Amino acid sequence: MAKKLMKGNEAIAAAAISAGATHFFGYPITPQSELIEYMARELPKAGGCFLQAESEVAASYMVYGAGGAGARVITSTSSPGLALKQEGLTYMISAGIPCVVVNISRGGPGLGNILPAQSDYFMCTRGGGNGDYYHPCFAPASVQECVDLVRHAFDVADKYRMPVLVLGDGMTGQMMEPCEIPPRQEVKADKPWAADGNHVARGEHNRINAMDLQADVLEAKNEDIQRRLKEIAETEVMYETVDVEDADIVFVAYGTSSRAVKNVLSKAKAEGLKMGLIRPISLWPFPTEAFDKIKKDCKAVIAVEQSCGQMVEDVRLAVLGRWPVEFYGRSGGNPIIPDDVLKMAKDILGGK
Amino acid sequence: MAVVYKKSEALTDAPLTYCPGCTHGIIHKLVAETLVELGVFDRAIGVGPVGCSALCDFFFACDMFIAAHGRAPAVATGVKRAHPDKIVFTYQGDGDLASIGTAEVVHAAHRGEKITTIFVNNAIYGMTGGQMAPTTLVGQKATTAPEGRSEEHCGKPIRMAEMLATIEGAKFVERVTVNSPANVRKAKAAIKKAFECQIEGKGFAMVEVLSTCPTNWGYSPVEALRWLDENMVPYYPLGNYKNEL
Repeated sequence: MAKKLMKGNEAIAAAAISAGATHFFGYPITPQSELIEYMARELPKAGGCFLQAESEVAASYMVYGAGGAGARVITSTSSPGLALKQEGLTYMISAGIPCVVVNISRGGPGLGNILPAQSDYFMCTRGGGNGDYYHPCFAPASVQECVDLVRHAFDVADKYRMPVLVLGDGMTGQMMEPCEIPPRQEVKADKPWAADGNHVARGEHNRINAMDLQADVLEAKNEDIQRRLKEIAETEVMYETVDVEDADIVFVAYGTSSRAVKNVLSKAKAEGLKMGLIRPISLWPFPTEAFDKIKKDCKAVIAVEQSCGQMVEDVRLAVLGRWPVEFYGRSGGNPIIPDDVLKMAKDILGGK
Repeated sequence: MAVVYKKSEALTDAPLTYCPGCTHGIIHKLVAETLVELGVFDRAIGVGPVGCSALCDFFFACDMFIAAHGRAPAVATGVKRAHPDKIVFTYQGDGDLASIGTAEVVHAAHRGEKITTIFVNNAIYGMTGGQMAPTTLVGQKATTAPEGRSEEHCGKPIRMAEMLATIEGAKFVERVTVNSPANVRKAKAAIKKAFECQIEGKGFAMVEVLSTCPTNWGYSPVEALRWLDENMVPYYPLGNYKNEL
């Protein structure tokens, strides 16, 4: 398969089409514009349906409708747009509707700015809507990984009947790298629960809803959601580790910031310092098991994020007091400065 | 014995949850009978709202969605785009369609979305216990307008049929009521045309049905039918507002 030089946003769109997505509903927002534009141009050529909604809220309910009717469906947005989509997401969690939601995040809070930031970690992993749930969420660090994870996200969504998020940032969406897009697959998923208008042939009507007035019925639904989430937590964890076993300092970073940390690791290696990286690929479920590879006398685990500190809370839970946890973060769309991260790590080592 | 009347096959056997004197039951029946008479029940998909008819997925025997508050036209858009050959309808109240869901219904109409919307307007929030709706009449008392709706404070009630009829993509818009046998027959004729509009692929269609809420209005069922006639009909004139069939 020939490699193509593509922007992250376009690669995500191309990957969705290759994964057999038939429907896209979205609303324009920077810095994911190339994604929705690619879909508008290319999805109809593949026989699919692109529709620009009147708002992110409406887009998420078009996804609810198409997904609930059995279509393989995707929407994309950026941070404030995802905030608007949260209502639809909690309904889709309740109703058991599979879909893929891409967030090419930007600086916040509020309208923030269009620069790369990782301050949507909570919103993307915890479930920003009402009720008891987490979101399966995958975070690519390269354009090829954008392709692979978007394709994977569709399968996870279908298997567990819930929305799955793919979280990049303005850098992931805008940078160009070579990547391979597999040929389009036609998906014939078995969705006997879908409200697709075949009630007469089926012999009963399917109901897609997000309301259960009886306490026991709602509790049973919640237990089913939790059962599926538990299975995801046990089987869908993804991460990369670099030189963790021998490291005196272990960084934890995902997506764009992990690329900056890899620069830190090369500089440290050149100076004879032992540093490693845990790169969560699934942000939820968080790769807690990766931390068991850290040696007992490691000096510190440092969470590096383009935020004021969100993933660091999961790092503390994974570390469980075994090593000191430190945090390095930049926000407002400012980048991670590898030299600053290295200096922080060296100060910790020097201070022993 | 000859059967002269039976319940539509497009309705399930589930007992309706509506209050005595509420006309939701009649409107459900008209929609169900229409689906069967037009021969589209076997390919119909409905989208219910939040409000008193949020349980209508139990009542209509076709595949059903319940949308979030106001979002039914967006959900129906997704369904119709996934299955253009199916007949898709929304069933919404006035809090749902005329307040929180104005953007969704306006843009579904604007796109000429090939769906049929049944809009049940009883000038009040019923499910939540009688709060003021955008459709509540001036002077009409509600739990959030205890002295009656004040025009100065919150404006006059919104007329959705007239507004939606101005939109190019809306091809059939009519306001009816079901407070007498004659009006029930007219309502059914309008609902039939609204589905034919979709079947013929013309565009968006809406039937606004003026309805009663004896419980929250504080009237007996009979008084409520009269109150509708004397107060709602003068402000919300019955009739066809758009017919491009």
